[in-house]
Amino acid sequence: MRDKTEYMVVEFSKAILLYGIVALSLIGLGLFSFITLEHEGHWLTGMNNQVVWGLPHVFAIFLIIAASGILNIASISSVFNIKIYKPLGRLSALLAICLLTGGLIVLVLDLGRPDRLVVAMTTFNFKSIFAWNIFLYSGFMAVIAIYLWMMFEARYNKFVGKVGAFAFAWRVTLTTGTGSIFAFLVAKEAYGALSAPLFIALSLLMGTAIFYKILFWMDRGLGVPLGAEIISRFRKLLIYFIFTVLYITVLAHLTSLYITKNHDFEFFLLFSENIYTFLFWVGQIGLGTIIPLVILYNKKLSKSALGILLASILVILGGFIMLYIIIISGQAYPLDLFPGYNESSTFYDGAISAYTPSIYEVMLGLGGVGISAAIYIFAIMVLDFTPKNLGDEYTLGKEYKEKLIQNED
Amino acid sequence: MKKYELKLNRRNFLKNSAMLGVSTIAPGVFFQELAYGRALDEPASSKIRWGMLINTNQCTDECDACVTACNEEHGIEDFGRPTTDTQWIRKITLTEELSKKSISVPMMCQHCENPPCVDVCPTGASFIRDDGIVLVNKHTCIGCRYCMMSCPYKARSFVHENLENQLPHAPRGKGCVESCNLCVHKIDNGENNTACAEACQKDGHQAILFGDLNDEESDISKQLKKYATKEVRSDLGLNTAVRYRGI
Repeated sequence: MRDKTEYMVVEFSKAILLYGIVALSLIGLGLFSFITLEHEGHWLTGMNNQVVWGLPHVFAIFLIIAASGILNIASISSVFNIKIYKPLGRLSALLAICLLTGGLIVLVLDLGRPDRLVVAMTTFNFKSIFAWNIFLYSGFMAVIAIYLWMMFEARYNKFVGKVGAFAFAWRVTLTTGTGSIFAFLVAKEAYGALSAPLFIALSLLMGTAIFYKILFWMDRGLGVPLGAEIISRFRKLLIYFIFTVLYITVLAHLTSLYITKNHDFEFFLLFSENIYTFLFWVGQIGLGTIIPLVILYNKKLSKSALGILLASILVILGGFIMLYIIIISGQAYPLDLFPGYNESSTFYDGAISAYTPSIYEVMLGLGGVGISAAIYIFAIMVLDFTPKNLGDEYTLGKEYKEKLIQNED
Repeated sequence: MKKYELKLNRRNFLKNSAMLGVSTIAPGVFFQELAYGRALDEPASSKIRWGMLINTNQCTDECDACVTACNEEHGIEDFGRPTTDTQWIRKITLTEELSKKSISVPMMCQHCENPPCVDVCPTGASFIRDDGIVLVNKHTCIGCRYCMMSCPYKARSFVHENLENQLPHAPRGKGCVESCNLCVHKIDNGENNTACAEACQKDGHQAILFGDLNDEESDISKQLKKYATKEVRSDLGLNTAVRYRGI
């Protein structure tokens, strides 16, 4: 079916200028951090031989899974054929490319030898999920490029459904691949196969929340009116996905608590006096789950664009914290090499490893966010990604008139 | 003095281009061949499996001769930053929870037969040699640290610092991951012993025994047959080449 939405190329404005300055500044910070780390070595970061993956990986994985999740909006329209999301299809695909690029760049720039990217792209060990991910990520880019082509070219609009279904399958596989990075660590109690579905659920939640933030900005900054219907749809999506993430989180912890050998780790994470326990209850559960749910179910706030924005921001924060907990706590918790013995050494055996991210890691991560933002802003200024109007009268069509009549009755 | 005249006709142009091409490419091809040439006549053989037996009964808490010897052998420096400083071998003090008995254990790469680091390495830089030694190819390691995440023994270190004056037989560099290589350079020179084992023998502890696990006549095989020994985290099914007595 042909896409009848009217799109526009966004023109230069104050909002664009401000957005561009922020994006470029973040890229500047990222570059500065990268050059410094490349020159001096990773000792400047908070990462060490115990906690080998740190904040850059949290940023990278956050952006990568958000990329997969943000394409969900396009999938809903082209795969599940829900028409109201159709005008958002192009943006959804564009944002997926932006976020994935940002995330991958952080991942690459944090490598010990980023200059060997070409080695990583040409020498593969197919038993490694990392090697598979290189194909999943680059393939995802190609699939989205074709998807966008089908959406842009009116003659090919009829293929959008099929390509969309393929992209849908691809992104589920991609997020499974990302989650599986943690599923294949034989000796670490913190991780298991549930990390794959958990990452898929989290990706849907992050993608929806970030997309809503962009829609809100388009409404206020670019003058693309946002109708109550779309706001209400995003509210519902947020609720579904918050519950899905919560469900898998509870399932993962209960399963782990059932297994005696995992008790120590679970108590360390959930009921001890450390930063991870605090982040889990206050950050992930409080800020990222309960407060957004309260907002989304509040009579007044749930109907306001600003209320949903607040919920989205909290959800994003909660998701980021969740990834931080997953990635860092599992490494900070000591390996048990000799069960039945207390262990100590100059290499921190048997001890909970300290990790404090350094400013360089923060800057590197923000650089990735800046790259995502910069690609987005550039793209919407050269191609017609942005729908002209997202008001109910445009997105609902006939239904809108019926609703008006109903209301008048 | 004869003035040099450049006669640029088609034949000369083609001839000169070809010569330039050959002289550019040839050294690369030639030196590449030289670089690949092994110092030894024979490649590593799967008939041998190098391994170690560590007798903790003979290891003392105060002694760190193995650690010092390893650092010297491979030029491992101390930068005064303990969380990021490289350690190929370390001493772990174990205290039995019930009896409070204390044991000192040297710990390093266990040279697994099924190494998780080799499984997860995206580029195949982590690899296992035919003679069972687990190594990192310093030319293809991209420094992703996935192997460090996967190692059950925390045996690997990431080079966090700029290194200078590396030893010719220990090619180490910033941004790569490294770990105990069972003194592969000594093995390839036919010395068939490791720096840590030598140092331990020299100090009179005789706690570290190095040898060929596949050779039934080797000391290590005989001792493994005679005494009860243990594989650390045997539950993981990795079949390590480093075994322990006394724990």
